[in-house]
Order: sequence, then C-alpha cells, then structure tokens
Amino acid sequence: MSAENGGLTVEVWRGVGGVGRFETFEVPRQESQTVLDVVSWIQQYVDPTLTYRFACRVGMCGSCAMMVNGVPRWTCRTHVGKVATGDSLTVEPLRNLPVIKDLAADMDPFFDKWVKAEAMHHPSETRHDPIRAVDTGTEARQQASAGIECINCAVCYAACDTVAGNPDYLGPAALQRAWTLYNDEREANPEAILDAVSGNGGCHNCHSMGSCTQYCPNELNPLAAIAGLKRETTKRVFRRRKDA
Amino acid sequence: MLDLRLYMAQRLSALIMAPLVIGHIAVMIYAIQGGLSVEEILGRTQGSFAWFAFYGLFVLAVSIHAAIGLRVIVHEWLGLKGTGLQGFTWAVAIALLVLGGRSVWAVTFA
Repeated sequence: MSAENGGLTVEVWRGVGGVGRFETFEVPRQESQTVLDVVSWIQQYVDPTLTYRFACRVGMCGSCAMMVNGVPRWTCRTHVGKVATGDSLTVEPLRNLPVIKDLAADMDPFFDKWVKAEAMHHPSETRHDPIRAVDTGTEARQQASAGIECINCAVCYAACDTVAGNPDYLGPAALQRAWTLYNDEREANPEAILDAVSGNGGCHNCHSMGSCTQYCPNELNPLAAIAGLKRETTKRVFRRRKDA
Repeated sequence: MLDLRLYMAQRLSALIMAPLVIGHIAVMIYAIQGGLSVEEILGRTQGSFAWFAFYGLFVLAVSIHAAIGLRVIVHEWLGLKGTGLQGFTWAVAIALLVLGGRSVWAVTFA
C-alpha cells in the first residue's frame, strides 16, 4: 500500500496548540477519493486519535476546511486526483487560526469577528407582523443575494494575507456578511453595520489582493463585497459633510 | 490599524498628488529642453508664490500619504502596534514635512 504500488503518501500535521510535527501515513488510493476520505481512512484504520472536523460531507456545513498542499480547501469536495502532487499530499489545519488539536482549528476568533462586524441581522419587524414579499429585482437585493450562499467555512479567512499580517482585521467572510445584511431591505440598522466596518480592523485594511475570491469554494466574491463597503463608507463621509 | 479616517486621508492625499506628479513631470520634460542649470531653476521658482503653493501642497500630501502607507507596512511586516505605531506614523509625517518644506522654502523664498 505504499506510494510505490499505487498508494498515497500523506503528511498530516499532528499536535496540540501551536506545537506539533508532520506525521506520514500511507493511504490506499480509491476512485473519486476526496481529501476528507483520506483523513477519515487514517482515523478509522491507522490512528483513532487523529482529530479533525466534518459533518455533512456534501459541501454545505463548512466544517471540514483544511490546508491541502498549502492551499485552503473544503476537503469533502476536493478530489485527491486534482490536488495531489504525484502521490503525495500534505494536510494541515486552517491557516490564520489557533490550532486546537491536529487538523481542528479553533474557529472562535473567526466567528467573534462576525459579531464585531455587526454581521448579524437587526430585525425591522417582529414574528407577529405579516410576511412581506421581498422584491428580488432590485440592485440592493442582488448585491445581498450574491453573498448569501456563504457556508462559514473560513477558507477565505485562511487564504487572506491581510489577516496573516494584521490579526485585528475582520476578514473577508465577516465583511461579506456585513455587506449582505447592509443591502437587505429588512435590515433595521444599516448605519450600525457601516460604523462597525469603519473601525481599526475594518474593511479599509483590505489590500484587494483577492485571495478570498480566488479560493472561495462556493465561488462567491468577498473582494467585491469589501469594495462595496469601502464605497458606501466613503460616500457616507461626503454625505455627512453635506448634511452638516 | 487603518480606520476610515486614515483611509480617507490616504486616498484624498493621493487624489491631490496625482495631478501634481503629472505637472511636475511635464515641467521637468519641458524645462530641460535647452539644458539644465541651477540659475534657470531658481529663476523660475524664486519669489514665486505659485511654485511655493504647488510644491508646498505636494510635500504636504506626500507626508500624509507616505506616513500612512509606511504605517501599514510596518504593522503588517514588523508587528509594530499601539503607541509605537502611532509614534512611527507621526515621526515619518513630520520628518517628510520638515525635509520637503525646507527644500521648497530654499528654492522659493529663502
């Protein structure tokens, strides 16, 4: 089952917190095998102590993202055949996040930043109000809908070099959700969102390098969302001056 | 590290610098046609409020723009933050303003 007779040589990061090392495993190759299949095979047949995270296995839950050959990917939808260099594969926990153990990254800083970015719905109506139809044809709704399929996998966050250099930066996912809600006509406090993304770690720290958009597994465009936030916050500066 | 205020200051200073850079290069190309001498340069700039305003504004915009740009680099690559980062930003801005301001003064009204 070694790499010589059709197997796969997999380097897996093992360790607790920031301390650890790579461990090598030989894994049999199978047709249509995903990176998550490889990690699961190691855990089931070689080392049950290997820690990693997954749930849906179909690209919906966003919990299985890892660094594969140095690139952040949703492992359940990443075929080994497309990413392996020859017969070898390197799997590490997501970049830019603390490591809990082995391949499981601590997602707390990622989700804390969603809250910091006010990337949460401020309701304008209650459950007792009748359901109002949303006009899907407006420009604002289309901007909102463009980012709605985010699955919170943190691939964009791991890909972002600005997050790597500036740990306070809110990151592409939180900012994209902020932009989505800002454009939602049901949002009660869009100004609070603009305030939240204008602070020290806000959207203005983005260098527009575009790794978020390049690596987003759902092919969303956080780069455009962040540009939208920059545009609206800038417009508001001039609007305020005019109103003053 | 970069809030809306600093972002706007850097973008607006860039907006000021863009036409000034074009003006600076255009004059350079035009002025050297018949050779270049100290007398010729000083003849153009000395006592001229227009050139003082042109390069004075240029120096001011550069001081703001470069200080914020270097602030970002120093934070992201060297990890400087807090008071140290604030101090660095102001030091760069003031140093560029003093150096540039002295040069502008020297060729106009000194």
